[in-house]
Amino acid sequence: MSRADVVTARGAAVRRGGRTVWSGVDVTVHAGEFVAVLGPNGVGKSTFLQVVLGLVAPADGEVRVLGGAPGSANRRIGYLPQRHAFDAGTRVRGVDVVRLGWDGDRWGVPLPFGGARAKAARERVDEVVELVGAGDYAHRPIGRLSGGEQQRLLIAQALVRRPDLLLLDEPLDSLDVTNQASVSALIQHVCRSQGVAVLLVAHDVNPILPYLDQVLYLAPTGAIMGPPADVITADTLTMLYGTPIDVLHDRTGRLVVVGQPDTHEHH
Amino acid sequence: MAVHLSWDLGWDVRQLLAFPFMVNALRAGTIVAVVAGAIGYFMVLRRESFAGHTLALIGFPGAAGATWLGINESAGFFGFCVAGALVIAALPAQGRANPLGGYGERSAVIGTVQAFALACGLLFVTLYHGLLSGLNDLLFGTIIGITSRQVVTLLVAGVAALAVLAVIARPLLFATVDADVARARGVRVRLVGAAFLVLLGVAAAGTSQVTGTLLVFALLVAPAATAVRITARPVAGVVLSVVIAVVVTWLGEGVAYFSPYPIGFWVTTFAFGFFLLAGGYRALADRRG
Repeated sequence: MSRADVVTARGAAVRRGGRTVWSGVDVTVHAGEFVAVLGPNGVGKSTFLQVVLGLVAPADGEVRVLGGAPGSANRRIGYLPQRHAFDAGTRVRGVDVVRLGWDGDRWGVPLPFGGARAKAARERVDEVVELVGAGDYAHRPIGRLSGGEQQRLLIAQALVRRPDLLLLDEPLDSLDVTNQASVSALIQHVCRSQGVAVLLVAHDVNPILPYLDQVLYLAPTGAIMGPPADVITADTLTMLYGTPIDVLHDRTGRLVVVGQPDTHEHH
Repeated sequence: MAVHLSWDLGWDVRQLLAFPFMVNALRAGTIVAVVAGAIGYFMVLRRESFAGHTLALIGFPGAAGATWLGINESAGFFGFCVAGALVIAALPAQGRANPLGGYGERSAVIGTVQAFALACGLLFVTLYHGLLSGLNDLLFGTIIGITSRQVVTLLVAGVAALAVLAVIARPLLFATVDADVARARGVRVRLVGAAFLVLLGVAAAGTSQVTGTLLVFALLVAPAATAVRITARPVAGVVLSVVIAVVVTWLGEGVAYFSPYPIGFWVTTFAFGFFLLAGGYRALADRRG
């Protein structure tokens, strides 16, 4: 494990309600890498992000995040959970939501006309709003914006503290195809230009496929990690899940994984 | 009645302040308006109006019980409202929290508690064999009968509530807008939410003593709902909500003094008027895009 590794896991396992979600998971995410977390529904992809954040403790194995225990460096992590969109009644501006990412966890209220510190915060908020291309609508109530516009502002919120690691949980899920493509390109741009490692949970790998350094394919009994071309193959996935799986390529280069077992969670 | 409204505003104000009971009513009204305006803003953002309504109703058996037992009525209001807030905060959040981190799924339990609270209040009033007007005043407010001691109690409770609100305001806003991200950033979402419910209890208890239990929302919801229709800026929203609450209180109390109709009606009517104007403004502004 080198110092530049952002996330490492060795033989990690997670149990929830007496049930093993996954076990034997080995992961290495290097600084600045763009990594997709893939796998069938209910396999525990979001749980993996919660382990990285220290919100769920691994039942077994070792997990290190940014050189420490999970949760010890959350100030350096930007997180965008899986969500329903803000509804039209949410009367808070986009810039306010971004600003909460800067100092929303601190007690007290910022003083009006607060001098240099307030100025630095305002400038940083403007900077990330420009970075995600949300300058035109960031001052409107976030509930009035489209899903793609909301997602850009939430990415800005996750970025505002200059994190070393960005955790994005299905950020493309509720978007139409055009917005999926543009938000994917934005995440790639952020990853490369800001040198921030990205762990992105995805249901469909295709929008981000051209940009990925590695994929992490999760299964109940382990995980496989590597470049997409090596991991998303019929042989590798068949071995991982122990059931016949096909990977089809259409003429545009899109991948379709056929036959992967959906693991349904029992509550 | 010697008082009557004239075209001379100075004379009207002098008439208004001629009686100590009216001075106390204005002092108490101003205090509870400031507190309700600020706390109501967060309540509206958090979509906890139902919890706020319930807390107001829980104050009714508190005050009625206190009267029956010969205890200080303010103590009954504050005691029951704060205890009720702690109970609501302790209810487990069922299932998935709504996107604004509110308490939508607890509403069935809260509603049941609310009905029971109202029933207990009715029982206490009956046990007291009290004056019928007592029930009316508890439910719909009265302009007379606010004592100087009560004003001091309201002031102390109000200042304390606003001080706590100032300390938790930022993480509270974060937890309200985006509970999951706030939690990952180390905000103690549950604790902040519980603290806010207690503040809401204090605001409801204080406001009840001016507007009556059933018309608390005239100051707790209407000004805040008006403010969020006018601005989406959090700081401006709080300030505007407070200003509207204070203005409708002064207008309501002033007009009630000169008219034969009750204070609760006037305060609520002015608050409703502002709300309608803001709703119209919002509809027009949204249509223009």
